Amino acid sequence: MNQASPIELPAAPLADAPLIKPKTSKDDRIMVGFILMISLYLLITLAFPLYAMLSKSFSTFSFDLTNFEFQVNSGDGWSAAVSADSLNRELGKYTADDLATSSDGRLGVTDFFPDFSFRSPTLYRIRQIQLDSSFLFGSERVADTEWHEYGSNDFRRVVIRPSSSTGLANYRSYFSTPALFRSIENSLLIAAISTIITVSLAFGFAYALNRSTMRFKGIFRLIAMIPILVPSLLPGIALVYLFGNQGMIRGLLFGESIYGPIGIVMGSVFFTFPHALIIITTALGISDARLYEAAIALRASRWKTFWTVTIPSARYGLISAAFVVFNLVITDFGLPKVIGGQYNMLAVDIYKQVIGQQNFEMGAVVSVVLLIPALFAFSIDRFVQKKQVASVSARSVPYEPKPHRQFDWICLGYCSAVAIFIVGLIAVCQYAALIKFWPYNLSLGLSNYNFEVMDGGGWDSYWNSIQLAFYTAIVGTLVVFTGSYMVEKINGFATTRSAFQFLAMMPMAIPGMVLGLAYIFFFNDPANPLNSIYATMGILVICTVTHFYTVSHLTAVTALKQMDREFEAVAASLKQPFHRLFSRVTVPVCLPSILDISIYLFVNAMTTVSAVIFLYSPDTTLASVAVLNMDDAGDVAPAAAMGMMIFYTNVIARLLHLFITRKVVRTTQAWRKL
Amino acid sequence: MLKKLTRSSLLVACAAAVTMLVPAQSALAATELTVYTAVEAEDLARYAETFNQDHPDIEIKWVRDSTGIVTAKLLAEKNNPQADVIWGLAATSLLLMKSEGMLEPYKPKGVEKLDKKFVDKGAVPTWVGMDAWVASVCYNTVEAAKHGLEPPKTWRDLLKPMYKGHLIMPNPNSSGTGFLDVSSWLQMFGKKSGGWEFMDRLHKNIARYTHSGSKPCKLAAAGEIPIGISFAFRGAKSKAQGAPLEIIVPAEGVGWDMEATAIVAGTSKLEAARTLVDWSITRKANEMYNTGYAVVAMPGVAKPVEHFPPNLLEKMIDNDFEWAANNRKAILAEWLKRYDSKSEAK
Repeated sequence: MNQASPIELPAAPLADAPLIKPKTSKDDRIMVGFILMISLYLLITLAFPLYAMLSKSFSTFSFDLTNFEFQVNSGDGWSAAVSADSLNRELGKYTADDLATSSDGRLGVTDFFPDFSFRSPTLYRIRQIQLDSSFLFGSERVADTEWHEYGSNDFRRVVIRPSSSTGLANYRSYFSTPALFRSIENSLLIAAISTIITVSLAFGFAYALNRSTMRFKGIFRLIAMIPILVPSLLPGIALVYLFGNQGMIRGLLFGESIYGPIGIVMGSVFFTFPHALIIITTALGISDARLYEAAIALRASRWKTFWTVTIPSARYGLISAAFVVFNLVITDFGLPKVIGGQYNMLAVDIYKQVIGQQNFEMGAVVSVVLLIPALFAFSIDRFVQKKQVASVSARSVPYEPKPHRQFDWICLGYCSAVAIFIVGLIAVCQYAALIKFWPYNLSLGLSNYNFEVMDGGGWDSYWNSIQLAFYTAIVGTLVVFTGSYMVEKINGFATTRSAFQFLAMMPMAIPGMVLGLAYIFFFNDPANPLNSIYATMGILVICTVTHFYTVSHLTAVTALKQMDREFEAVAASLKQPFHRLFSRVTVPVCLPSILDISIYLFVNAMTTVSAVIFLYSPDTTLASVAVLNMDDAGDVAPAAAMGMMIFYTNVIARLLHLFITRKVVRTTQAWRKL
Repeated sequence: MLKKLTRSSLLVACAAAVTMLVPAQSALAATELTVYTAVEAEDLARYAETFNQDHPDIEIKWVRDSTGIVTAKLLAEKNNPQADVIWGLAATSLLLMKSEGMLEPYKPKGVEKLDKKFVDKGAVPTWVGMDAWVASVCYNTVEAAKHGLEPPKTWRDLLKPMYKGHLIMPNPNSSGTGFLDVSSWLQMFGKKSGGWEFMDRLHKNIARYTHSGSKPCKLAAAGEIPIGISFAFRGAKSKAQGAPLEIIVPAEGVGWDMEATAIVAGTSKLEAARTLVDWSITRKANEMYNTGYAVVAMPGVAKPVEHFPPNLLEKMIDNDFEWAANNRKAILAEWLKRYDSKSEAK
């Protein structure tokens, strides 16, 4: 808090003018205190774990051949001790790259003796020179520096273990394993294709909503938001029921397999659609009717108007939507896990490395690789969004669509098709959840809801998820809103503020998998004083709040920007402390936005998989993870059932939110109507 | 006055609480053991209950997850172990821990009564087996008939072109079952080349590899794919649920792993941990394992389990766990190189 000094003044004040330093009030200092506290929160929950992960990716293991010595006795006494390194040099057997391994590496020693035969009477001795590695005899660990003697038949059971150091070896081995680095290409390709399809579809949908006078707009808007309420892997399950080998309409794929790129793209389009739609609707909504009037006056055709007015004015929205979708698809883990088949994607690779092979170092390397496209897409999106704000002028006139029979019918048809796709997938999931044993016993029942007898944690995981969602909504809203208030309304302290802004924007660029893995490295370290929150509900709440911090923060900032800074000035002149203003004026005025933030956090905490997959413990299993684990174990129908539980819970939460917001608007926002 | 009253009543309550606590502790001296396990969720309560019939003074606190996750968890906690005992984790995983020096060697009472296959070969064993977990082929008779397939009798039968695209197996890089298949083929058909040649040809018939070991059998049970390479236990369960499955034990022999028990080095509750491990190899415990597993560590105990293929025990290969553990990394890297990079990019 020592930084709390007024440092930002115009660099060159008017010549000879006396330097006026604005006094920092007690309020300002308290507010800086808050900012620093929340910055510290973000440092601990974001920056430090990421640093821990980065350093893990450089933590390497290799066989240190100079540390092992052998002696041989072929009946004529013991030979002089010779190191494994010099034997290797003579034989030219292993290169430095061959000796790089993972923490679980083992290297047989008989390869250093070309004439080795396990039947020969030769005796061998091995010892370590220094205590920083070990060797195994069978599975017995030997970690001293004594000589150990073995007959030839036993000697082949000796393997040496690696010692650890730091370096780039993990990256080298990543980029020299085609099975691993090919995922980069796969991920980029899938993300690009999904982006093109989703943005086109969403643009058509938004266009119909904004520019036609078709009926049922409200219903279409509601339906389009459904995918936000379910985990991203749920469409994958629906697609298996539709297009799998026993699928209801598998014929439509003409023999292609749904397991792989086709499935991932279809599912990705489903779950990213609402995200793209929101952005594009906003972009189309701000277009200026005067431009269209001009186009009509100039007798431009509809087609020409579309390309010269509509598209250019929505271009920033389109670009922004594209990068948001790209980011969502490339970082998504649940969907490719469920329906990816043999098609490897980066996010799934992280999981395979960590859970399948316990190779944490390689998991960290893949995470770093995944960070690059995510960061890139994120920065472009930020850049474009800034531009968009500037393009709206105060004199714009909102566009009012006029009825056009044929066009309206086309729009209605198009939107219905999209709506059927969305509702269809959800309906299939519900149907699948109710069928007793697809496809042999189609009678309906609730047996798939008996989660107790399956992997994933049973009904407890559902209740845990609700708990997590509640805590996340409460803690998250509190932290986010306080943080954004401080950063928005404080006077001066520009450096602190911009540093905080930067920290607050970062979470959006960090894929959930990467964040979760980083948390393992940071919080599971026994030397970390915060180690005790590992494997508790606390770490899940913190991780989820951090993961969804950015969007919440932006919502709060937007709401606060609408409030004139005069409020602060008036409060100050009335000698009211800022906390009174905050609780009496700011919070009530911003209440609708605060409610928006909490429902956003609630819904996302219910559906998130990637951020928590590494962090849940047996006492804190979660519904969304249970969907994944049950599907993984082959219990696909119960997985669908649990997915639908999440869906209904979110629907109820949304309805509650709607109800409360209405009430709140009536009681606290009446002044807006004046 | 009121204040005084509340204070004194508080004191009384405290005293009562203390007097109630003290005898409870001294009478039972309940030791709580943290036990890590990968045993099926539905069996856990029964295991603890049966154990408590003989040892009511030891309370088991289960920490359960799938094999991969429990293994990852134990390794991640290597420097700061949370578990006292591991009861019911794949021997392959326990070997990994043994070589990290994470297990406490202990020779349980009566260990000589167990089949030698099920006991660690060290001078003082670090782990003892409970039951075996045997590879099998789940064959969906209904779907197979639709495709005109014949039931395979051997592993080599699966190489026939008619099975192309109708086979599914777990990825050894993420599934313990997948790894025991691969390691058994290498041991049966040749570690240097024979096993890999077999897998090269098998790969041509495989539709895709799954992450988990039980999924192939469940997919076969659901008819999603006619033939799933999985394990017998899973197949028997799906069959009991009414799936049209036949569980085939290929004639060449089948790979297997066992669920095993070990004490975590550095536990502060060594006495209780030893008691649990002693009990875990008793006849009673073996009978308990037998309700789900057809092959258990104590010879002569196992009664046939419904839907299990009868000849399972004879077909289990003489699995060299030590070799498998010490070559695991190299085998998985080779597998990845050969089969995982071929992800049919279109």
